[in-house]
Amino acid sequence: MDLFEHQAKELFAEYGVPVPQGNVARTPEEARAIAEGFAAAGHPRVVVKAQVKTGGRGKAGGVKVAEGPDEAQSRARDILGMDIKGHTVHAVLVERASDIAQEFYLSYLLDRAARNFLSICSVEGGMEIEEVARDHPEAVAQIPIDPLTGVDMALATQIVTAGHLPARAIEGAATLAERLWAVFTDEDATLVEVNPLILTTDGRVVALDGKVTLDDNAAFRQEHARFADPGSADPLEARARAKHLNYVKLDGEVGIIGNGAGLVMSTLDVVAQAGAEFGGIRPANFLDIGGGASAEVMANGLEIVLSDPSVRSVLVNVFGGITSCDAVANGIVTAVGMLEERGEKVTRPLVVRLDGNNADEGRRILREAGLTVVEQVATMDDAARRAAELAAAANLAQPVTGA
Amino acid sequence: MAIFLTGESRIMIQGVTGSEGTKHGRRMATAGTRVVGGTNPRKAGQTVDLGMAEVPVFATVADTMAATGADVSVVFVPPAGAKAAVIEAIDAQIPLVVVITEGIPVHDSAEFWARARAAGNTTRILGPNCPGIASPGKSNAGIIPADITTEGRIGLVSKSGTLTYQMMYELRDIGFSSCVGIGDDPVIGTTHIDALAAFQDDPETDAIVMIGEIGGDAEERAAAFIEQHVSKPVVAYVAGFTAPEGKTMGHAGAIVSGSAGTAQAKKEALEKVGVQVGRTPSETARLVRQIMRAG
Repeated sequence: MDLFEHQAKELFAEYGVPVPQGNVARTPEEARAIAEGFAAAGHPRVVVKAQVKTGGRGKAGGVKVAEGPDEAQSRARDILGMDIKGHTVHAVLVERASDIAQEFYLSYLLDRAARNFLSICSVEGGMEIEEVARDHPEAVAQIPIDPLTGVDMALATQIVTAGHLPARAIEGAATLAERLWAVFTDEDATLVEVNPLILTTDGRVVALDGKVTLDDNAAFRQEHARFADPGSADPLEARARAKHLNYVKLDGEVGIIGNGAGLVMSTLDVVAQAGAEFGGIRPANFLDIGGGASAEVMANGLEIVLSDPSVRSVLVNVFGGITSCDAVANGIVTAVGMLEERGEKVTRPLVVRLDGNNADEGRRILREAGLTVVEQVATMDDAARRAAELAAAANLAQPVTGA
Repeated sequence: MAIFLTGESRIMIQGVTGSEGTKHGRRMATAGTRVVGGTNPRKAGQTVDLGMAEVPVFATVADTMAATGADVSVVFVPPAGAKAAVIEAIDAQIPLVVVITEGIPVHDSAEFWARARAAGNTTRILGPNCPGIASPGKSNAGIIPADITTEGRIGLVSKSGTLTYQMMYELRDIGFSSCVGIGDDPVIGTTHIDALAAFQDDPETDAIVMIGEIGGDAEERAAAFIEQHVSKPVVAYVAGFTAPEGKTMGHAGAIVSGSAGTAQAKKEALEKVGVQVGRTPSETARLVRQIMRAG
């Protein structure tokens, strides 16, 4: 899970990482009230920052300086509702403006290739670190971190020194880097990035921005749920998650249900390849129903997939490894019945490919159930082609409208 | 001969008394695997019925190894206890630990990997979040169905469980020396490269199938390794061409980040070093079949 900047900074503050004073506003009036507070304390200049989980906010006009409450309100009005790379701005962070002497870069991340952690630090901050690494590789220090020993003050000092930070920033930056490591490990983060890390004119080192990615696998031991952002998720994805289904909404016409992440990803690809011959038919979703594939899981999965109005056909692609295909077939038959009982009769065609463990019995069960919407195809490639063909035919018969 | 796991391997199960541990212990034993015992600190001294055999339960991995000669441990311990279980196996210096558990925090995986490395890699880690390894006709450590394929001379290494099964099944008439599921968590122990190196050295393997997925750059690094060190024919398949950027596709590590980790980049890297890459799993199987027939 990626955090918003203001959430990242809340975490930073909990760990003693210095951040500017600020607060979140969801309306221009709230932004004004926050700016009034700073003005009353003698700090009329504020920065209004769009809260979106994507980079390039500044270039998109999502970060503006305001001289006082009036301007903060009007800047917030401009920014709220803005679209930045497909992300709508629902909130702004209003912060007391900092007097910046210099901008640096600091991050910790998981290095998959090396199977350990990596610190990156540079005297060149405020721009994409990839650009700096390309244009001025000598200005970027990358120091691997042993998960068994972590980052103490000595290593933190080594990191910021290697990043060529100036002498007067070293102590403040090292202290910040040591605390940021605590954020990274204690919160089960896979990325914490501070860009820019600033030296203020009065000599303090402050995290002016913050990007944090948390490990979803650690949810059982963390209080990460407080950062969840249910409003921003696709509604179908949110419904699927509530039913413990692994579903990702895509933009095509063939609904996909399969078992195992790799096989489902592969199914999407094979449908897209076949669909190219039918006018660009694409998969509508990723849905992995996992090993069990019980009738109820199948029914829930079918319900979610069919809730997507752009779905014109559904491909059920199951390879019975541990799962027995007769159980899957019974699951499909029961699921279609359950949906009918729920008043959601299945009318769109289901192309089913069962293979592997007890496939003959599974196919027999489906055949004898005589469901008119179910069509069985023997191989994955042919099933994908058939599902794409049916979706294309349905598109012709009844084109998808703006809905 | 097979790699990593042979007919002589003596398998123990960490979490043998749990429902998954017992269920898959039975399946392994039924497939002819020598399952010799398992651990549960609270149930030491008891036995577990694995159908083919009653196996003893011990308090620790070290106790199990001392009493039974176990040299492979399969871990079914839930995520909260998995790190401690793997570290216990590493400290006991068992040669191979197969971590089936799904959902282990990556800080925990990074820690037990660092621990294994600090111990001089005397313990090979397979996984986590993997289906395990099967050497058909010899032994089966994990949850790979034993009966969907046969013994033969193809080596298979894969990030994906179900694509492993699919490939084993499609080529069941030719058969496999070993099928290795390495998993697709962001941090894994055994990599494509480790398996490729072992298959290259295995006199009973003639050709290698490698299955990759979006995310990370393991396939690109495997391509570079193949160019330098693998003379046996390699056929590859990569899943996830249609995956959108920034979305995790089921496996924790299966995510395209910006322009990194795309299926297209992996395919191109592999093709550049002469590896044939199938467009679908079935086409991949056909390419392997052609090689095995020609050979």
